[in-house]
Amino acid sequence: MAATREEIVAGLADIVNEIAGIPNDEVTEDKSFTDDLDVDSLSMVEVVVAAEERFGVKIPDDDVKGLKTVGDAVGYIESHQS
Amino acid sequence: MIPVNATNRTVVVTGVGATTPLGGDSASTWEGLLAGRSGVSNITEDWAADLPVRFAASAAVDPADVLPRPQARRLDRTAQFALLAAREAWADAGFTARAGEDSSADPTRVGAVIASGIGGVTTLLEQYDILKQHGPRRVSPHTVPMLMPNSPSANVSLEFGAQAGVHTPVSACASGAEAVGYAGEMIRTGRADVVVAGGTEGCIHPLPIAAFANMMAMSKDNDDPRRASRPYDTGRNGFVLGEGAGVVVLESAEHAARRGARVYCEMLGQGLSSDAHHIAQPEPTGRGIAAAMRNLLDGTDLKPEQLTHLNAHATSTPQGDIAEIKALRHVLGEDLDHVAISATKSMTGHLLGGAGGVETVATVLALHHRTAPPTINVSELDPEVDADVVRDGPRTLPSGTIAAINNSFGFGGHNVVLALRTV
Repeated sequence: MAATREEIVAGLADIVNEIAGIPNDEVTEDKSFTDDLDVDSLSMVEVVVAAEERFGVKIPDDDVKGLKTVGDAVGYIESHQS
Repeated sequence: MIPVNATNRTVVVTGVGATTPLGGDSASTWEGLLAGRSGVSNITEDWAADLPVRFAASAAVDPADVLPRPQARRLDRTAQFALLAAREAWADAGFTARAGEDSSADPTRVGAVIASGIGGVTTLLEQYDILKQHGPRRVSPHTVPMLMPNSPSANVSLEFGAQAGVHTPVSACASGAEAVGYAGEMIRTGRADVVVAGGTEGCIHPLPIAAFANMMAMSKDNDDPRRASRPYDTGRNGFVLGEGAGVVVLESAEHAARRGARVYCEMLGQGLSSDAHHIAQPEPTGRGIAAAMRNLLDGTDLKPEQLTHLNAHATSTPQGDIAEIKALRHVLGEDLDHVAISATKSMTGHLLGGAGGVETVATVLALHHRTAPPTINVSELDPEVDADVVRDGPRTLPSGTIAAINNSFGFGGHNVVLALRTV
């Protein structure tokens, strides 16, 4: 069953908290991974791999560049989940 | 600005830091050394059940419990230890900010030289397990920056903003000492004013233990682990694996004086040589060690009559402990008689690439407090040890100007002798 937008945000918040130590409630759709959430390019790969597992999507490396904000990632996952 | 007399500047020690099997900082480590406490214990985890050696000198404080989790998970254990020891040393030297953030140090004149014997081997092995179990996509993108042997050095440079050069000498169990020696040369020759230097190791894991045990290098005294590391004892039968880091802040004497820093002692320099004898066996006559000692005496103004203390390499192996003593006697002659010898690996175990760092810290503190720590577990001194081994308790060192040396040797035939002297 597909996750809702809220569930995807909550899931990404868990992942970002685990990887970057940012409190879950600070992980909101308007936040930039790099500028606001202390997720550098290496850690972004970790976020992507964890998100792939959690939401059953594939996010090719070429698409990762387009995921600047949490909202970008939520939109991508929402439209690609099976 | 490069100082005028840039080729032979005086180098001093202004900070110490450590995290070892005896304690999470240099003060608790020193206290443990003076108390003659063993840092060795049984490994109770399931992974050790089938190993021929089921004990080690594990760190007293787990660095992953001290560092924030996001930072800990992207640093191999070797880098975690190094970072904690380096932070302590930096603060102990009186620095309160990253280089360049205040006027105490120019970042382009600050260096970092932190060594490890093996590097991030536990990261490598853990990630290989993940690769096999879950496939390539799950291998951490942090794997390479975590496992590379220069990772501790690089992370320390990031921490303090060191831009004068970051280096990582690799010479097995001499690595930490080689790092301190190299750092001293950076300052002596004018490349840097302040260098954070030392050694680290974190490889208590079944593969290194099995490998060292199969080399017949480790004690297998599973029934009495606290007595297993017994340098100079007739019954010694191999080293005990330890983990942790020791770091010092070296500084040019002028730079230290300019900022009014407390000076522990002078770092006189190093003597180096190589055995070219065997990839893992010590050269039994101590020829290479003697050459390193002579190079030290020739290259520095260390006077043998000032020598009062030696932190020996002495890992508790049958051959190595004796080769070192033979070399010392050969070079120092009767001057060895007034040298109080401490084999601190009897308490800390052998930290491999970390040993030279931790033992430099111990030697600095021995001069500073004028006290030589004991060598524990010597119930019957090997009659071939024709020297004054401190046993039974700490020994007070003489007043006046006194010097000490710290020996480190490594698989591959590396010999590093460091000399320190009170100021």
